[in-house]
Amino acid sequence: MSQYYHSIRFDETRCQGRMRCLRICPTQAIRVRKGKARMLEEKCIDCGECINVCPNGAIIPLTDPFGELSRFRYTIAVPSPALYAQFGREILPDKILSGLKKLGFDEAIDLAYTCGEVSFAIQEYLRNYNGPKPLISNACPTVVRLIQVKYPELIDHIIPIDTPREIAAREIKRKKARQLEIPEKEIGTFYLTPCPVKMISIKQPAEKGRSHLDGALSIADIYGPLLSAMESLEESESPRHGLESICILGIGWAISGGMTRTLRLRNSLAVSGLAEIIKVFDDIEKGKIRNIDFIEAYSCTHGCVGGSLTVENTYSSYNKIVKLIETLEYEKIKACPDIREVRRRYEQNYYFLEGKLEPRPLAPLDDDLGRAIQKKKIKESLYEQLPKIDCAACGSPTCLAFAEDVVQGEAELHDCVFLWPQKIIQLAQEIIDLVEKTGIKIKKKEQESEEGK
Amino acid sequence: MKSGFQNDEKERGLVQKFSIVGGDFHHAGYVSTQIKEILKELGIDSAIVRRAAIAAYEAEMNVVMYAHRGIFTLEVTPEQIRFLVEDEGQGIPDIELAMQEGYSTATPEMREMGFGAGMGLPNIKKNADRFEITSEVGKGTCLNITIFLNQRKSQ
Repeated sequence: MSQYYHSIRFDETRCQGRMRCLRICPTQAIRVRKGKARMLEEKCIDCGECINVCPNGAIIPLTDPFGELSRFRYTIAVPSPALYAQFGREILPDKILSGLKKLGFDEAIDLAYTCGEVSFAIQEYLRNYNGPKPLISNACPTVVRLIQVKYPELIDHIIPIDTPREIAAREIKRKKARQLEIPEKEIGTFYLTPCPVKMISIKQPAEKGRSHLDGALSIADIYGPLLSAMESLEESESPRHGLESICILGIGWAISGGMTRTLRLRNSLAVSGLAEIIKVFDDIEKGKIRNIDFIEAYSCTHGCVGGSLTVENTYSSYNKIVKLIETLEYEKIKACPDIREVRRRYEQNYYFLEGKLEPRPLAPLDDDLGRAIQKKKIKESLYEQLPKIDCAACGSPTCLAFAEDVVQGEAELHDCVFLWPQKIIQLAQEIIDLVEKTGIKIKKKEQESEEGK
Repeated sequence: MKSGFQNDEKERGLVQKFSIVGGDFHHAGYVSTQIKEILKELGIDSAIVRRAAIAAYEAEMNVVMYAHRGIFTLEVTPEQIRFLVEDEGQGIPDIELAMQEGYSTATPEMREMGFGAGMGLPNIKKNADRFEITSEVGKGTCLNITIFLNQRKSQ
């Protein structure tokens, strides 16, 4: 029915129309009509801000249930490095990966290693790049969708190197299918996700037909079971040497700044939080950002550790990633992809996106420019009548958005609580006029007060 | 409301005015962001929006850096986008010189902030289809920037 898949669903039975989602939505993709929130599908970029603020839990992230695993003969967990930051400091990645196997996955792979590889691949790409700058990372699907929807002219700035999660899933599927001699479709790869938006990048990839991942499980959902699974691990099941394969370069991808740190560029920016990203993208469009080669952008503040499906406090988990890098450095564990191997694969296009990203800009006021101009003028004159305090009581997020909704026939001007008293006065006057037409005399107020004396 | 439009054009076109305060670096760029949003809303082709955004930003920054105050008038008709940027300020003594790439009178502070590469006016010319500049020393400068829309295509 709908053109776009979204990883967020509004539960009408729980929604009490309390407007929090409406106010926080960075792309103004929510309206409250007849007391219930609803999404404007073409505007939503699945950032998940609304999920966190709903006081009724009426906005539900759509991730896969654990039961999905039973659809496959062999299952592999591909956890976001943000998972490593969810537990106490004594629980290191090797134990977490072992815990996932105990939980029921046949295998759990460390994504940080592929992140390290992709860091090298991005370096290779930047080395010979002469196109428009700055290049923008595509690791965060919300940022990719923000560009497709609101900044279509920046689409060529998105780096065409695929994400670590896709590359890792593709690789492990091929490898396991050969090893186990079973078809790839019987192997299920599941991303353990810190945010719902990764779900849409799996169900409806922005650039290609199909994702190499088969589903996404929420970190919040598996947190409890994983914690018990780790507690029940026997000494022998948690081999210390497992830590040696954890790539120090890639772990940083879980936090803002982690990716740019590995790229060793002279001029790069690490931006996090949608409001900040919007400011930076506005500056790029104006030509204000010059001499910057690369921008790493995460819709969640502080990067993936700030995702809405994580459990640990964002600041604590940010700190844990930093400390984990220090620990690995101290222990001299520097598992690193071989840069020569990465270069060889890079030459064979191993890391490149499989499809091309296309913009999906928002519909203008009208397809005909002449009519669009007229609508814009009406919108501006309507806006002048409004109180401009953006109270959102009408069900549109701002007075300006309300003016547009009225122009487009989605709302009525007297839905504004500041304007309907005037409507009542107007109606009352019409009634008085009507009564006077009948010739009946209306008792005046002064007479009443005189009688009272 | 004077707009420089003939009456019938006034009917068809959109006119919006924005004021710019000289020396207000904190809000610098606000007008060009607004203008970019309006052009997107109207469904102007994204490549043209990009050119217009750059020209508008450079014109706005010229006022912020060198004038006391200015009025930025945006006019859009189905055929063209026009920016009229009139400021009260020091003016430009030698326009030909100011139009040369790399020529700049920016102060060290402005350069520190990344401005003053001497690309402003040449950059406007590069992104506009028609560009006129008049200036009077001690009074102010007027930029008249036009971008044609005839190659507009809908997405």
